[in-house]
Amino acid sequence: MLNNKIAQNHKSRIEKHHIEDFIGRSYMSFCVLLLIVAIISMVYFVMSKGISTFVVDKVSVSDFFFGTKWSPEGSNPSFGALPFIAGSFVTTLLAALIASPLSICAALFMTEIVPGWGKKLLQPVIELLSGIPSVVYGFVGLSVIVPFLRNVFPGQGIGVAAGSIVLSVMILPTITSVTVDALSALPQNLKESSFALGATRWQTIARVIIPTTLPAILTGVVLGMARAFGEALAVQMVIGNAPFIPKSLFESASTLTSVITLGMGNTTMGSPQNNSLWSMALVLMLMTFLFVFIVRLLEKRRAI
Amino acid sequence: MKARTVDKIATGIIVTLALLIVAVLAGLLGYILFRGMSHISWDFLTSAPQKIRAGGGVGPQLFNSLFLLVLTLLITVPLGLGAGIYMAEYARPGRITGFIRLIVEVLSSFPSIVVGLFGLLLIVNIFGLGFSLVSGALALTVFNLPLMVRITEQAFRSVPAQQKEAGFALGLSKWKIVTTVLFPVALPAIITGTILSAGRVFGEAAALMFTAGMSSPRLNFSNWNPLSPSSPLNPFRPAETLAVHIWKINSEGLAPDAVQIAAGASAVLVITVLIFNLAARYVGRLIYRKLTASRRMN
Amino acid sequence: MRSRKSWVMALALTSVLALSACGNNGGNNTANGGNAEASNAPTQTNSGAELSGSILASGSTALQPLVEQVAEKFMEQHAGLDIQVQGGGSGTGLTQVAEKQVDIGNSDVFAEEKLKDADAEKAKALVDHQVAVVAIAAVTHPAVGVDGLTKQQLVDIFTGKITNWKDVGGADQKIQIINRPASSGTRATFEKFALGTKTEDLQGSIQEDSSGTVKKIIGETPGAIGYLALSYLDQTVQTLKYDSVDPSVDNVISGKYPVWAYEHMYTNGEPNETVKAFLDYFLTDEVQNGDVTELGYIPASKMQVSRDVAGTVTNK
Repeated sequence: MLNNKIAQNHKSRIEKHHIEDFIGRSYMSFCVLLLIVAIISMVYFVMSKGISTFVVDKVSVSDFFFGTKWSPEGSNPSFGALPFIAGSFVTTLLAALIASPLSICAALFMTEIVPGWGKKLLQPVIELLSGIPSVVYGFVGLSVIVPFLRNVFPGQGIGVAAGSIVLSVMILPTITSVTVDALSALPQNLKESSFALGATRWQTIARVIIPTTLPAILTGVVLGMARAFGEALAVQMVIGNAPFIPKSLFESASTLTSVITLGMGNTTMGSPQNNSLWSMALVLMLMTFLFVFIVRLLEKRRAI
Repeated sequence: MKARTVDKIATGIIVTLALLIVAVLAGLLGYILFRGMSHISWDFLTSAPQKIRAGGGVGPQLFNSLFLLVLTLLITVPLGLGAGIYMAEYARPGRITGFIRLIVEVLSSFPSIVVGLFGLLLIVNIFGLGFSLVSGALALTVFNLPLMVRITEQAFRSVPAQQKEAGFALGLSKWKIVTTVLFPVALPAIITGTILSAGRVFGEAAALMFTAGMSSPRLNFSNWNPLSPSSPLNPFRPAETLAVHIWKINSEGLAPDAVQIAAGASAVLVITVLIFNLAARYVGRLIYRKLTASRRMN
Repeated sequence: MRSRKSWVMALALTSVLALSACGNNGGNNTANGGNAEASNAPTQTNSGAELSGSILASGSTALQPLVEQVAEKFMEQHAGLDIQVQGGGSGTGLTQVAEKQVDIGNSDVFAEEKLKDADAEKAKALVDHQVAVVAIAAVTHPAVGVDGLTKQQLVDIFTGKITNWKDVGGADQKIQIINRPASSGTRATFEKFALGTKTEDLQGSIQEDSSGTVKKIIGETPGAIGYLALSYLDQTVQTLKYDSVDPSVDNVISGKYPVWAYEHMYTNGEPNETVKAFLDYFLTDEVQNGDVTELGYIPASKMQVSRDVAGTVTNK
């Protein structure tokens, strides 16, 4: 009888565990499924809207990607998006060019030169910086950087340079924190053996530390560029938004994000003007895929 | 000798650039805070904005930002926990797991404007939720969820393996181990991560312009019935958040003190993010201490 | 293809319904039987004898402050009524009213100008309610030394033929154009009635959509020229006469100053009782002489001239 009871008890307990386990598992699978649904529906909707420029409105793909004339409302509308694509690339590359050396220096400062208080000083500031909303960056850019550029350089202050500077400050934290992580993960004995060979700190940094952590640093730079490429409001506020490939750094230009921000509300869904904006959103999305792909490649190299 | 000089110069450059960054950041923060602080008062934080007269506040916007944050976290935390635990404890390494990880990575790096457009098309128009807090929260979910997944996964992975093994040795089921052994240990890291990610939700604007709307209907702060249209708690009303408000008054503001309001609102936004950061550290440490010190056998 | 589409839709639908069920703790009206299409906001409107229910308006950000303010007043008079006013831009407003997602679509331009070609049918279903008039004036940086331009001079400036202020009697200063994006309603109005022609964008011109930013940039940038609605004008910018006509409210009303456009509130078909009462309220003297004037618009009811979609002006 006692045995029986224990057996029964045992059985029910197992069942309870099983049920719990089952519910837990189902819930988790549901959550994961949601992630998959989210991405599939996003890709599907942006794709289907994005290609309608070419399918429904019969804009030729090469006209869209290589056309330099953007005049969607004209009597003979043309949908050349090259100025925006070029604008996005130029501002992103410039921002990365400005931010990368600064970030790498900041990371070296925090990990190699004064690891103690350097980290205490910079870490919170960098974290905070990554939390500042992009509209605030735009606001500061418009009230500080633009007037400064206008007074110092030719042009109106508004333009590619202002956009790149604002973006570079925005991506500083991303690059810095990834680089810091990479530098701190470096085995200590690597550095020590370099010093033991009589190398100075700079020689160690330049010949040992940077080369070994290069893929990781590049990962940070690419992540930063991904952020810069997709940033909308801050850039739109300072870049000037003229639909042309800029001839100088201080000339007004547009990015993919800025033209979407400006045009989306003013156009009706389904019109060619609106569809062309969706095509640009599609370009942004494909670029995201590309950035993630590059990051993956770099990570693979790091693993070896 | 030459190597030493080079070393000195290089160190000098690195230190200068690092300090330059500190100076730029300090200047940036100082600029935002000093320009905005003078405009911040209790009245500014609680009163409603004015359309053409001076003296408007950001009360409803501040409330909307916080409420939207709560809504978003209500959606993302349970889902993020589920998917994150799955990734950390259940997923077997393989193609599917790799694919899910890729999805998380891609979702979290989507430009917010693309997420906003997607929200406008699917949530606002096709599902007919209109410009509303729910639409905004769902759009924010798209990039907050992958963040939560990653935070949870990392938190669970950093739990020492012995704890899990001890659980197995006691004959506990996997689910029991996850909920009673691993979860409490992972909790501080999850909470810290959640609060930090909340900062991003709080400052988001581009995605919300197209989903949560740029208008704020009159709110009756004595009406707490979530079904009533004028209730602040109604999730189906349009809501302009603080970040969107900065964008709007910067561009369309008719009030004579629009610039000061933008400065004040920016400062409020930055201070809130600051508070989030400090709170994340403090709460994380507090819970960690509590859980590790008071853990006893029952 | 079709089956795949519905599969994705079904998945997405389930997810959003599930999400919104998680999200609203009170339990609300979204998840009604899985038919999300049916939960469109306007269906809540139940027209009865007394004014109750809800009105949803969206669209033009330029018109939004006025509609919001009038809606607040109207709601004070009718306690059972709820009016929500949303922005999103003229295009969004027209899209949503054509799709019956909102009751009223606010627009800065005639619906026919936005809903063209394949969408022209949609525009026919929309009923126009002109509630106010917005006049647009050319403005410059205060130091260019010009206080008026002719139509031809403006055309030459905006097409890039004249690039220095000294050519139109001002200081020796390069002209910097602050334009609006091609899709902007304000630009459409300015080009149609001030320039009389569509212009191509010029290399180096700055484009901003919002009047506040345009005003800020014109006020700060030496040699800048742009255009603003009358309600935005103040001493930080120089307002220009157009063909020697001052852009004043009186000149707009009498028809002397031609650069103006209606603010439209579109309904899909004839409005129901509640919406009609609200739109009628807009045209009362109380609103037209009160809120409309106060917010810097010009009362539509006072206009001595009227204009159709083709731009033909007739005396009333």
